[in-house]
Amino acid sequence: MSSLSASRKPRIQVEDVSVTYRTSLERAPTLKSTLLRLGRRQRVIREIEALKGVSFSVPHGKVLGVVGANGAGKSTLMRTVAGILPPNSGRVEVNGRVSTLLSLGVGFNRRLTGRENVVLGGLAAGLTRAELREKYDEIVEFAELEEFMDMPMRTYSSGMYGRLAFAVAVTMHPDILIIDEALSVGDARFRRKSFERMRELCSEDRTILLVSHALASIEKLCDDAIWLHKGRMQMWDEPAAVIEAYTEFLGIADEDHEPDPVTMEDV
Amino acid sequence: MSSAQASHRTSEFDAVTHVYEPHRVGLPPIRPYVRELWRRREFAFELSRTSLRAQHFDTVVGQIWLLLNPLLLSCVYFVLVDILRQKTGGIVFFAHLMAALFAYHFVTDSLRQAVKSVTGGGRLILNTAFPRILLPAASVLVALRKFLPTVFVFIPVAFIASIPFGAHLLWVVPIAALFVVLATGLAMLVAALQVYFRDLKTFLTYGLRVWLYASPILYYASEVPDRYGFLLVLNPLAPLLTAWSDVIDRGLSPDPADLALGAAWAVVLFVGGALFFISREREFAVRL
Repeated sequence: MSSLSASRKPRIQVEDVSVTYRTSLERAPTLKSTLLRLGRRQRVIREIEALKGVSFSVPHGKVLGVVGANGAGKSTLMRTVAGILPPNSGRVEVNGRVSTLLSLGVGFNRRLTGRENVVLGGLAAGLTRAELREKYDEIVEFAELEEFMDMPMRTYSSGMYGRLAFAVAVTMHPDILIIDEALSVGDARFRRKSFERMRELCSEDRTILLVSHALASIEKLCDDAIWLHKGRMQMWDEPAAVIEAYTEFLGIADEDHEPDPVTMEDV
Repeated sequence: MSSAQASHRTSEFDAVTHVYEPHRVGLPPIRPYVRELWRRREFAFELSRTSLRAQHFDTVVGQIWLLLNPLLLSCVYFVLVDILRQKTGGIVFFAHLMAALFAYHFVTDSLRQAVKSVTGGGRLILNTAFPRILLPAASVLVALRKFLPTVFVFIPVAFIASIPFGAHLLWVVPIAALFVVLATGLAMLVAALQVYFRDLKTFLTYGLRVWLYASPILYYASEVPDRYGFLLVLNPLAPLLTAWSDVIDRGLSPDPADLALGAAWAVVLFVGGALFFISREREFAVRL
Protein backbone atom coordinates (compact mmCIF):
# COMPACT_ATOMS: atom_id res chain seq x y z
CA MET A 1 0.00 0.00 0.00
CA SER A 2 2.51 2.57 1.13
CA SER A 3 5.43 3.08 -1.17
CA LEU A 4 8.64 4.70 -0.08
CA SER A 5 7.87 7.93 -1.85
CA ALA A 6 4.79 8.37 0.31
CA SER A 7 6.87 8.37 3.46
CA ARG A 8 8.76 11.50 2.46
CA LYS A 9 5.65 13.57 2.64
CA PRO A 10 3.74 14.04 5.88
CA ARG A 11 0.53 12.07 5.98
CA ILE A 12 -1.29 14.86 7.73
CA GLN A 13 -0.34 18.48 7.33
CA VAL A 14 -2.28 21.10 9.26
CA GLU A 15 -1.29 24.68 8.53
CA ASP A 16 -2.52 27.58 10.61
CA VAL A 17 -6.04 26.22 10.86
CA SER A 18 -8.79 28.16 12.57
CA VAL A 19 -12.36 27.01 13.02
CA THR A 20 -15.11 29.30 14.22
CA TYR A 21 -18.63 28.20 14.97
CA ARG A 22 -21.55 30.50 14.83
CA THR A 23 -24.05 29.10 17.24
CA SER A 24 -27.32 30.67 18.02
CA LEU A 25 -28.27 31.03 21.64
CA GLU A 26 -31.74 29.78 20.94
CA ARG A 27 -32.31 26.18 21.81
CA ALA A 28 -33.20 25.36 18.25
CA PRO A 29 -33.49 27.84 15.39
CA THR A 30 -37.06 28.17 14.15
CA LEU A 31 -38.88 30.07 11.47
CA LYS A 32 -41.21 31.56 14.03
CA SER A 33 -38.44 33.00 16.15
CA THR A 34 -36.71 34.35 13.04
CA LEU A 35 -39.86 36.16 12.01
CA LEU A 36 -40.42 37.51 15.52
CA ARG A 37 -36.85 38.75 15.62
CA LEU A 38 -37.10 40.63 12.32
CA GLY A 39 -39.04 43.40 14.00
CA ARG A 40 -36.65 43.75 16.89
CA ARG A 41 -33.26 43.32 15.29
CA GLN A 42 -31.58 41.32 17.96
CA ARG A 43 -28.29 39.59 17.41
CA VAL A 44 -28.56 36.17 18.90
CA ILE A 45 -25.52 34.68 17.24
CA ARG A 46 -22.51 33.86 19.35
CA GLU A 47 -19.18 33.04 17.76
CA ILE A 48 -17.07 30.32 19.28
CA GLU A 49 -13.47 30.08 18.20
CA ALA A 50 -12.90 26.37 18.54
CA LEU A 51 -9.45 26.36 16.94
CA LYS A 52 -7.07 29.28 16.57
CA GLY A 53 -4.07 29.02 14.27
CA VAL A 54 -3.19 25.40 14.88
CA SER A 55 -0.31 23.96 12.85
CA PHE A 56 1.33 20.58 13.03
CA SER A 57 2.14 17.63 10.86
CA VAL A 58 2.18 13.91 11.30
CA PRO A 59 4.74 11.97 9.28
CA HIS A 60 3.86 8.69 7.61
CA GLY A 61 3.47 5.85 10.08
CA LYS A 62 3.67 7.96 13.24
CA VAL A 63 1.24 8.24 16.11
CA LEU A 64 0.29 11.66 17.37
CA GLY A 65 -1.41 12.07 20.71
CA VAL A 66 -3.70 15.00 21.43
CA VAL A 67 -4.36 16.12 24.98
CA GLY A 68 -6.35 18.98 26.41
CA ALA A 69 -9.17 19.77 28.79
CA ASN A 70 -12.82 19.43 27.80
CA GLY A 71 -13.69 22.11 25.30
CA ALA A 72 -10.10 22.61 24.19
CA GLY A 73 -10.99 21.88 20.58
CA LYS A 74 -9.78 18.30 20.32
CA SER A 75 -12.90 16.92 18.68
CA THR A 76 -13.12 19.92 16.37
CA LEU A 77 -9.55 19.25 15.29
CA MET A 78 -10.35 15.59 14.61
CA ARG A 79 -13.41 16.53 12.54
CA THR A 80 -11.43 19.08 10.57
CA VAL A 81 -8.76 16.52 9.69
CA ALA A 82 -11.48 14.04 8.73
CA GLY A 83 -12.99 16.64 6.36
CA ILE A 84 -16.27 16.93 8.23
CA LEU A 85 -15.85 20.53 9.37
CA PRO A 86 -14.35 22.99 6.91
CA PRO A 87 -11.68 25.29 8.38
CA ASN A 88 -12.39 29.03 8.37
CA SER A 89 -8.79 29.75 7.52
CA GLY A 90 -5.68 27.72 6.95
CA ARG A 91 -5.24 24.47 5.14
CA VAL A 92 -5.42 20.78 5.91
CA GLU A 93 -3.84 18.19 3.67
CA VAL A 94 -4.41 14.52 4.27
CA ASN A 95 -2.84 11.77 2.17
CA GLY A 96 -4.66 8.50 2.41
CA ARG A 97 -7.93 6.98 3.36
CA VAL A 98 -9.20 8.18 6.70
CA SER A 99 -11.23 6.30 9.23
CA THR A 100 -12.55 8.21 12.18
CA LEU A 101 -13.55 6.44 15.30
CA LEU A 102 -16.93 6.91 16.72
CA SER A 103 -16.78 7.32 13.17
CA LEU A 104 -18.15 5.40 10.35
CA GLY A 105 -21.16 6.99 11.96
CA VAL A 106 -21.94 3.88 13.92
CA GLY A 107 -24.99 4.33 16.08
CA PHE A 108 -26.38 7.28 14.17
CA ASN A 109 -29.84 5.86 14.38
CA ARG A 110 -30.60 4.11 17.64
CA ARG A 111 -33.76 2.56 16.31
CA LEU A 112 -31.80 0.58 13.75
CA THR A 113 -30.00 -2.64 14.60
CA GLY A 114 -26.26 -2.91 15.14
CA ARG A 115 -25.92 -4.67 11.80
CA GLU A 116 -27.82 -1.95 9.91
CA ASN A 117 -25.76 0.74 11.58
CA VAL A 118 -22.49 -0.94 10.63
CA VAL A 119 -23.57 -1.43 7.03
CA LEU A 120 -24.96 2.10 6.59
CA GLY A 121 -22.00 3.73 8.33
CA GLY A 122 -19.58 1.74 6.18
CA LEU A 123 -21.37 2.57 2.93
CA ALA A 124 -21.46 6.27 3.87
CA ALA A 125 -17.74 6.13 4.55
CA GLY A 126 -17.25 4.89 1.01
CA LEU A 127 -16.72 1.16 1.50
CA THR A 128 -18.18 -1.27 -0.99
CA ARG A 129 -20.60 -4.01 -0.03
CA ALA A 130 -17.95 -6.61 -0.77
CA GLU A 131 -15.48 -4.92 1.59
CA LEU A 132 -18.15 -4.71 4.26
CA ARG A 133 -19.10 -8.37 3.92
CA GLU A 134 -15.47 -9.26 4.28
CA LYS A 135 -15.00 -7.23 7.46
CA TYR A 136 -18.35 -7.78 9.09
CA ASP A 137 -17.59 -11.01 10.95
CA GLU A 138 -14.27 -9.65 12.13
CA ILE A 139 -16.03 -6.59 13.56
CA VAL A 140 -18.65 -8.63 15.37
CA GLU A 141 -16.08 -11.01 16.72
CA PHE A 142 -13.88 -8.24 18.02
CA ALA A 143 -16.78 -6.39 19.59
CA GLU A 144 -18.07 -9.69 21.09
CA LEU A 145 -21.63 -8.72 20.25
CA GLU A 146 -22.73 -11.77 18.20
CA GLU A 147 -26.16 -12.10 19.80
CA PHE A 148 -26.86 -8.37 19.81
CA MET A 149 -26.21 -7.42 16.19
CA ASP A 150 -29.85 -7.80 15.17
CA MET A 151 -31.21 -5.80 18.05
CA PRO A 152 -31.91 -2.06 17.86
CA MET A 153 -28.98 -0.05 19.14
CA ARG A 154 -31.15 1.73 21.67
CA THR A 155 -31.10 -1.52 23.64
CA TYR A 156 -27.30 -1.41 23.83
CA SER A 157 -25.48 -0.39 26.96
CA SER A 158 -22.98 2.43 26.52
CA GLY A 159 -20.19 -0.10 26.84
CA MET A 160 -21.54 -2.25 24.02
CA TYR A 161 -22.04 0.85 21.96
CA GLY A 162 -18.41 1.88 22.40
CA ARG A 163 -17.15 -1.62 21.72
CA LEU A 164 -18.95 -1.74 18.39
CA ALA A 165 -17.64 1.68 17.36
CA PHE A 166 -14.11 0.73 18.32
CA ALA A 167 -14.33 -2.59 16.50
CA VAL A 168 -15.56 -0.90 13.30
CA ALA A 169 -12.82 1.72 13.31
CA VAL A 170 -9.90 -0.63 13.92
CA THR A 171 -11.13 -3.26 11.49
CA MET A 172 -11.36 -1.02 8.45
CA HIS A 173 -7.59 -0.84 7.94
CA PRO A 174 -7.47 2.77 6.85
CA ASP A 175 -4.21 4.55 6.03
CA ILE A 176 -4.99 7.10 8.67
CA LEU A 177 -6.90 6.32 11.82
CA ILE A 178 -8.43 9.02 13.97
CA ILE A 179 -9.44 7.86 17.41
CA ASP A 180 -11.31 9.98 19.88
CA GLU A 181 -11.49 8.78 23.50
CA ALA A 182 -11.44 5.21 22.38
CA LEU A 183 -9.60 3.42 25.07
CA SER A 184 -12.12 4.18 27.73
CA VAL A 185 -14.88 1.89 26.46
CA GLY A 186 -16.08 -1.38 27.83
CA ASP A 187 -15.04 -3.34 30.85
CA ALA A 188 -11.51 -3.86 32.08
CA ARG A 189 -11.01 -6.89 29.86
CA PHE A 190 -12.19 -5.13 26.73
CA ARG A 191 -10.00 -2.16 27.55
CA ARG A 192 -7.02 -4.45 27.80
CA LYS A 193 -7.94 -6.00 24.46
CA SER A 194 -8.43 -2.65 22.75
CA PHE A 195 -5.18 -1.37 24.20
CA GLU A 196 -3.40 -4.40 22.74
CA ARG A 197 -5.11 -3.79 19.41
CA MET A 198 -4.05 -0.15 19.50
CA ARG A 199 -0.49 -1.12 20.26
CA GLU A 200 -0.59 -3.51 17.31
CA LEU A 201 -1.97 -0.79 15.01
CA CYS A 202 0.58 1.72 16.24
CA SER A 203 3.46 -0.63 15.56
CA GLU A 204 2.17 -1.22 12.03
CA ASP A 205 2.91 1.17 9.24
CA ARG A 206 -0.06 3.35 10.01
CA THR A 207 -0.61 7.00 10.78
CA ILE A 208 -2.76 7.56 13.84
CA LEU A 209 -4.23 10.55 15.58
CA LEU A 210 -5.16 9.62 19.12
CA VAL A 211 -7.23 11.80 21.41
CA SER A 212 -7.42 10.54 24.92
CA HIS A 213 -7.74 11.64 28.48
CA ALA A 214 -5.84 8.52 29.47
CA LEU A 215 -2.43 10.12 29.62
CA ALA A 216 -0.70 6.86 30.36
CA SER A 217 -1.85 5.43 27.01
CA ILE A 218 -0.73 8.55 25.17
CA GLU A 219 2.70 8.18 26.69
CA LYS A 220 2.95 4.49 25.81
CA LEU A 221 1.50 4.60 22.32
CA CYS A 222 2.46 7.92 20.74
CA ASP A 223 5.58 9.18 19.00
CA ASP A 224 4.59 12.82 19.40
CA ALA A 225 1.96 14.74 21.25
CA ILE A 226 0.26 18.10 21.07
CA TRP A 227 -1.55 19.92 23.83
CA LEU A 228 -4.53 22.08 22.97
CA HIS A 229 -5.87 24.70 25.30
CA LYS A 230 -8.89 26.81 24.42
CA GLY A 231 -8.31 26.31 20.74
CA ARG A 232 -4.62 27.16 20.75
CA MET A 233 -1.77 24.75 20.50
CA GLN A 234 0.26 25.09 23.68
CA MET A 235 2.89 22.54 22.89
CA TRP A 236 4.10 20.05 20.29
CA ASP A 237 6.78 17.76 21.61
CA GLU A 238 7.67 14.31 22.88
CA PRO A 239 4.71 12.73 24.70
CA ALA A 240 6.51 12.65 28.05
CA ALA A 241 7.34 16.36 27.93
CA VAL A 242 3.83 17.37 26.83
CA ILE A 243 2.20 15.26 29.52
CA GLU A 244 4.48 16.67 32.18
CA ALA A 245 3.64 20.23 31.21
CA TYR A 246 -0.04 19.41 30.86
CA THR A 247 -0.39 17.74 34.26
CA GLU A 248 1.51 20.56 35.87
CA PHE A 249 -0.88 22.99 34.25
CA LEU A 250 -3.88 20.99 35.41
CA GLY A 251 -2.55 21.07 38.94
CA ILE A 252 -2.34 24.84 38.89
CA ALA A 253 -5.57 25.40 37.05
CA ASP A 254 -7.53 23.21 39.37
CA GLU A 255 -9.91 25.96 40.36
CA ASP A 256 -11.33 27.23 37.11
CA HIS A 257 -10.92 24.06 35.08
CA GLU A 258 -12.18 20.78 36.25
CA PRO A 259 -9.71 18.14 35.23
CA ASP A 260 -11.28 14.90 34.17
CA PRO A 261 -11.02 12.45 37.05
CA VAL A 262 -9.91 9.78 34.58
CA THR A 263 -6.91 11.91 33.73
CA MET A 264 -5.85 12.05 37.29
CA GLU A 265 -6.35 8.34 37.84
CA ASP A 266 -4.29 7.50 34.87
CA VAL A 267 -1.34 9.66 35.75
CA MET B 1 -0.04 4.87 -5.43
CA SER B 2 2.74 7.37 -4.84
CA SER B 3 1.96 10.68 -3.26
CA ALA B 4 3.78 12.54 -6.00
CA GLN B 5 1.20 11.37 -8.44
CA ALA B 6 -1.56 11.86 -5.91
CA SER B 7 -0.69 15.32 -4.73
CA HIS B 8 -1.94 17.18 -7.76
CA ARG B 9 -5.29 15.56 -7.41
CA THR B 10 -6.63 17.83 -4.75
CA SER B 11 -10.32 17.29 -4.71
CA GLU B 12 -12.40 17.25 -1.61
CA PHE B 13 -13.63 13.71 -1.77
CA ASP B 14 -10.70 12.16 -3.52
CA ALA B 15 -9.85 8.79 -2.04
CA VAL B 16 -6.14 9.48 -2.04
CA THR B 17 -5.39 13.10 -1.21
CA HIS B 18 -7.75 15.37 0.60
CA VAL B 19 -7.22 19.08 0.92
CA TYR B 20 -9.54 21.04 3.14
CA GLU B 21 -9.51 24.78 2.81
CA PRO B 22 -11.93 27.48 3.82
CA HIS B 23 -14.87 27.54 1.46
CA ARG B 24 -16.16 30.70 0.00
CA VAL B 25 -19.91 30.36 0.47
CA GLY B 26 -20.07 28.38 -2.62
CA LEU B 27 -19.96 25.05 -4.18
CA PRO B 28 -17.36 22.36 -3.83
CA PRO B 29 -15.91 21.18 -7.16
CA ILE B 30 -18.98 19.67 -8.79
CA ARG B 31 -17.40 16.91 -10.82
CA PRO B 32 -15.69 15.09 -7.92
CA TYR B 33 -18.79 15.69 -5.83
CA VAL B 34 -20.96 13.92 -8.35
CA ARG B 35 -18.40 11.14 -8.77
CA GLU B 36 -18.38 10.58 -5.02
CA LEU B 37 -22.15 10.71 -4.94
CA TRP B 38 -22.36 8.02 -7.57
CA ARG B 39 -19.75 5.89 -5.81
CA ARG B 40 -21.86 5.90 -2.65
CA ARG B 41 -25.27 5.40 -4.26
CA GLU B 42 -25.53 2.05 -2.50
CA PHE B 43 -25.79 4.00 0.73
CA ALA B 44 -28.97 5.72 -0.40
CA PHE B 45 -30.49 2.41 -1.51
CA GLU B 46 -29.56 0.73 1.74
CA LEU B 47 -30.83 3.65 3.81
CA SER B 48 -34.20 3.61 2.06
CA ARG B 49 -34.49 -0.15 2.53
CA THR B 50 -33.59 0.18 6.19
CA SER B 51 -36.07 3.02 6.78
CA LEU B 52 -38.87 0.96 5.27
CA ARG B 53 -37.88 -1.94 7.48
CA ALA B 54 -37.89 0.36 10.50
CA GLN B 55 -41.44 1.40 9.57
CA HIS B 56 -42.34 -2.32 9.34
CA PHE B 57 -43.15 -2.20 5.66
CA ASP B 58 -41.26 -5.44 5.15
CA THR B 59 -43.96 -7.39 6.99
CA VAL B 60 -47.16 -8.76 5.45
CA VAL B 61 -49.38 -6.44 7.45
CA GLY B 62 -47.16 -3.51 6.52
CA GLN B 63 -47.46 -4.39 2.82
CA ILE B 64 -51.24 -4.70 3.09
CA TRP B 65 -51.41 -1.35 4.84
CA LEU B 66 -49.33 0.15 2.06
CA LEU B 67 -52.03 -0.93 -0.41
CA LEU B 68 -55.05 -0.37 1.80
CA ASN B 69 -54.20 3.12 3.02
CA PRO B 70 -54.22 4.89 -0.38
CA LEU B 71 -57.31 2.93 -1.43
CA LEU B 72 -59.23 4.02 1.67
CA LEU B 73 -58.07 7.61 1.26
CA SER B 74 -59.26 7.65 -2.34
CA CYS B 75 -62.65 6.35 -1.22
CA VAL B 76 -62.96 9.04 1.44
CA TYR B 77 -62.13 11.82 -1.00
CA PHE B 78 -64.43 10.32 -3.60
CA VAL B 79 -67.38 10.45 -1.21
CA LEU B 80 -66.43 13.97 -0.14
CA VAL B 81 -66.34 15.25 -3.71
CA ASP B 82 -69.52 13.37 -4.58
CA ILE B 83 -71.37 15.10 -1.75
CA LEU B 84 -70.00 18.54 -2.54
CA ARG B 85 -70.81 18.31 -6.24
CA GLN B 86 -74.18 16.72 -5.79
CA LYS B 87 -73.66 14.69 -8.90
CA THR B 88 -71.55 11.62 -9.14
CA GLY B 89 -68.40 11.49 -11.24
CA GLY B 90 -68.67 7.72 -11.37
CA ILE B 91 -65.90 5.21 -11.60
CA VAL B 92 -64.02 7.22 -14.25
CA PHE B 93 -63.68 10.10 -11.84
CA PHE B 94 -62.64 7.63 -9.17
CA ALA B 95 -59.81 6.46 -11.44
CA HIS B 96 -58.74 10.06 -11.99
CA LEU B 97 -58.83 10.78 -8.27
CA MET B 98 -56.82 7.70 -7.48
CA ALA B 99 -54.11 8.26 -10.08
CA ALA B 100 -53.68 11.91 -9.13
CA LEU B 101 -53.78 11.22 -5.40
CA PHE B 102 -51.13 8.51 -5.66
CA ALA B 103 -48.80 10.82 -7.57
CA TYR B 104 -49.41 13.59 -5.05
CA HIS B 105 -48.72 11.17 -2.22
CA PHE B 106 -45.44 10.14 -3.76
CA VAL B 107 -44.27 13.76 -3.88
CA THR B 108 -45.47 14.68 -0.40
CA ASP B 109 -44.19 11.43 1.12
CA SER B 110 -40.78 12.31 -0.27
CA LEU B 111 -40.93 15.70 1.42
CA ARG B 112 -42.21 14.33 4.71
CA GLN B 113 -39.32 11.86 4.84
CA ALA B 114 -36.75 14.33 3.56
CA VAL B 115 -37.52 17.14 5.96
CA LYS B 116 -36.04 15.19 8.85
CA SER B 117 -33.38 13.37 6.86
CA VAL B 118 -30.52 15.76 7.62
CA THR B 119 -31.47 16.77 11.14
CA GLY B 120 -32.07 13.11 11.96
CA GLY B 121 -28.69 12.04 10.61
CA GLY B 122 -26.88 13.47 13.66
CA ARG B 123 -24.01 11.18 14.45
CA LEU B 124 -23.48 10.14 10.88
CA ILE B 125 -23.12 13.74 9.78
CA LEU B 126 -20.90 14.63 12.73
CA ASN B 127 -18.51 11.74 12.23
CA THR B 128 -18.41 10.81 8.56
CA ALA B 129 -17.52 12.83 5.49
CA PHE B 130 -19.85 11.95 2.62
CA PRO B 131 -22.05 13.86 0.15
CA ARG B 132 -25.02 14.77 2.31
CA ILE B 133 -27.34 14.83 -0.69
CA LEU B 134 -27.58 11.08 -0.24
CA LEU B 135 -29.88 11.66 2.74
CA PRO B 136 -32.77 13.44 0.94
CA ALA B 137 -32.16 11.17 -2.06
CA ALA B 138 -32.81 8.17 0.17
CA SER B 139 -36.06 9.79 1.31
CA VAL B 140 -37.28 10.02 -2.27
CA LEU B 141 -36.38 6.36 -2.74
CA VAL B 142 -38.44 5.46 0.32
CA ALA B 143 -41.44 7.30 -1.14
CA LEU B 144 -40.87 5.61 -4.50
CA ARG B 145 -40.80 2.19 -2.86
CA LYS B 146 -44.10 3.01 -1.19
CA PHE B 147 -45.57 4.33 -4.44
CA LEU B 148 -44.79 1.35 -6.68
CA PRO B 149 -47.16 -1.16 -5.02
CA THR B 150 -50.05 1.30 -5.41
CA VAL B 151 -49.82 0.72 -9.16
CA PHE B 152 -51.30 -2.71 -8.48
CA VAL B 153 -54.21 -1.17 -6.63
CA PHE B 154 -54.87 1.09 -9.58
CA ILE B 155 -54.85 -1.56 -12.32
CA PRO B 156 -58.15 -3.27 -11.34
CA VAL B 157 -59.82 0.13 -10.93
CA ALA B 158 -58.60 1.07 -14.39
CA PHE B 159 -60.14 -2.11 -15.78
CA ILE B 160 -63.48 -1.52 -14.10
CA ALA B 161 -63.56 2.06 -15.33
CA SER B 162 -62.52 0.70 -18.75
CA ILE B 163 -60.15 3.59 -19.29
CA PRO B 164 -58.64 3.68 -22.78
CA PHE B 165 -55.66 1.44 -23.28
CA GLY B 166 -53.07 2.28 -25.92
CA ALA B 167 -49.65 3.55 -26.89
CA HIS B 168 -50.34 6.95 -25.32
CA LEU B 169 -49.88 5.24 -21.94
CA LEU B 170 -46.14 5.22 -22.62
CA TRP B 171 -46.25 8.91 -21.67
CA VAL B 172 -46.57 7.69 -18.09
CA VAL B 173 -42.84 6.98 -18.00
CA PRO B 174 -41.48 10.48 -18.76
CA ILE B 175 -44.17 12.14 -16.63
CA ALA B 176 -43.38 9.86 -13.69
CA ALA B 177 -39.70 10.67 -14.17
CA LEU B 178 -40.54 14.38 -13.96
CA PHE B 179 -42.44 13.74 -10.71
CA VAL B 180 -39.27 12.13 -9.33
CA VAL B 181 -37.11 15.06 -10.44
CA LEU B 182 -39.52 17.56 -8.89
CA ALA B 183 -39.79 15.58 -5.64
CA THR B 184 -36.01 15.29 -5.37
CA GLY B 185 -35.52 19.01 -5.88
CA LEU B 186 -38.05 19.93 -3.21
CA ALA B 187 -36.71 17.19 -0.92
CA MET B 188 -33.22 18.74 -1.01
CA LEU B 189 -34.69 22.16 -0.36
CA VAL B 190 -36.74 21.20 2.69
CA ALA B 191 -33.99 18.96 4.10
CA ALA B 192 -31.53 21.88 4.07
CA LEU B 193 -34.06 24.45 5.31
CA GLN B 194 -35.02 22.26 8.24
CA VAL B 195 -31.44 22.64 9.55
CA TYR B 196 -31.96 26.39 9.83
CA PHE B 197 -35.63 26.43 10.77
CA ARG B 198 -36.49 23.49 12.98
CA ASP B 199 -40.20 24.24 12.91
CA LEU B 200 -40.38 23.90 9.14
CA LYS B 201 -41.70 20.38 9.59
CA THR B 202 -44.82 21.75 11.30
CA PHE B 203 -45.43 24.34 8.60
CA LEU B 204 -44.82 21.73 5.93
CA THR B 205 -47.78 19.70 7.14
CA TYR B 206 -50.07 22.69 6.59
CA GLY B 207 -48.43 23.54 3.31
CA LEU B 208 -48.90 20.05 1.92
CA ARG B 209 -52.57 20.05 2.87
CA VAL B 210 -53.13 23.36 1.07
CA TRP B 211 -51.18 21.99 -1.87
CA LEU B 212 -53.57 19.04 -2.13
CA TYR B 213 -56.57 21.34 -2.54
CA ALA B 214 -54.74 23.69 -4.91
CA SER B 215 -53.85 20.88 -7.30
CA PRO B 216 -56.11 19.26 -9.90
CA ILE B 217 -56.70 16.13 -7.84
CA LEU B 218 -60.19 16.43 -6.39
CA TYR B 219 -61.25 18.07 -9.66
CA TYR B 220 -60.15 18.10 -13.29
CA ALA B 221 -57.84 20.87 -14.44
CA SER B 222 -60.35 21.69 -17.20
CA GLU B 223 -62.99 22.48 -14.57
CA VAL B 224 -60.95 25.22 -12.94
CA PRO B 225 -62.65 28.58 -13.56
CA ASP B 226 -60.58 31.32 -15.20
CA ARG B 227 -60.30 33.40 -12.06
CA TYR B 228 -58.32 30.55 -10.48
CA GLY B 229 -56.31 29.79 -13.61
CA PHE B 230 -53.16 31.17 -12.05
CA LEU B 231 -53.14 28.19 -9.66
CA LEU B 232 -52.47 25.88 -12.57
CA VAL B 233 -49.44 27.90 -13.63
CA LEU B 234 -47.91 28.78 -10.27
CA ASN B 235 -48.43 25.37 -8.70
CA PRO B 236 -45.42 23.26 -9.75
CA LEU B 237 -47.46 20.07 -9.48
CA ALA B 238 -50.45 21.26 -11.51
CA PRO B 239 -49.10 20.86 -15.06
CA LEU B 240 -47.65 17.44 -14.32
CA LEU B 241 -50.87 16.27 -12.66
CA THR B 242 -52.87 17.55 -15.62
CA ALA B 243 -50.69 15.66 -18.06
CA TRP B 244 -50.80 12.59 -15.78
CA SER B 245 -54.59 12.64 -15.72
CA ASP B 246 -54.86 13.22 -19.48
CA VAL B 247 -52.72 10.17 -20.18
CA ILE B 248 -54.01 7.78 -17.54
CA ASP B 249 -57.72 8.33 -17.30
CA ARG B 250 -58.74 10.36 -20.35
CA GLY B 251 -56.86 8.42 -22.99
CA LEU B 252 -55.17 11.49 -24.44
CA SER B 253 -51.64 12.45 -25.25
CA PRO B 254 -50.48 15.15 -22.86
CA ASP B 255 -50.78 18.79 -23.85
CA PRO B 256 -47.27 19.94 -24.88
CA ALA B 257 -47.79 23.16 -22.91
CA ASP B 258 -48.43 21.19 -19.71
CA LEU B 259 -45.47 18.99 -20.40
CA ALA B 260 -43.15 21.94 -21.03
CA LEU B 261 -44.32 23.87 -17.97
CA GLY B 262 -44.14 20.78 -15.78
CA ALA B 263 -40.65 19.96 -17.01
CA ALA B 264 -39.55 23.56 -16.47
CA TRP B 265 -40.83 23.52 -12.88
CA ALA B 266 -39.18 20.16 -12.19
CA VAL B 267 -35.81 21.23 -13.58
CA VAL B 268 -35.85 24.62 -11.85
CA LEU B 269 -36.71 23.07 -8.49
CA PHE B 270 -34.15 20.31 -8.93
CA VAL B 271 -31.29 22.60 -9.88
CA GLY B 272 -32.27 25.20 -7.28
CA GLY B 273 -32.67 22.60 -4.54
CA ALA B 274 -29.40 20.89 -5.40
CA LEU B 275 -27.40 24.13 -5.53
CA PHE B 276 -28.86 25.33 -2.25
CA PHE B 277 -28.24 22.02 -0.55
CA ILE B 278 -24.69 21.49 -1.80
CA SER B 279 -23.60 25.04 -1.03
CA ARG B 280 -24.89 24.65 2.52
CA GLU B 281 -24.10 21.07 3.33
CA ARG B 282 -20.62 21.66 4.71
CA GLU B 283 -22.17 23.79 7.41
CA PHE B 284 -24.58 21.10 8.59
CA ALA B 285 -22.09 19.48 10.98
CA VAL B 286 -21.82 22.76 12.88
CA ARG B 287 -25.52 23.38 12.94
CA LEU B 288 -26.70 20.09 14.30
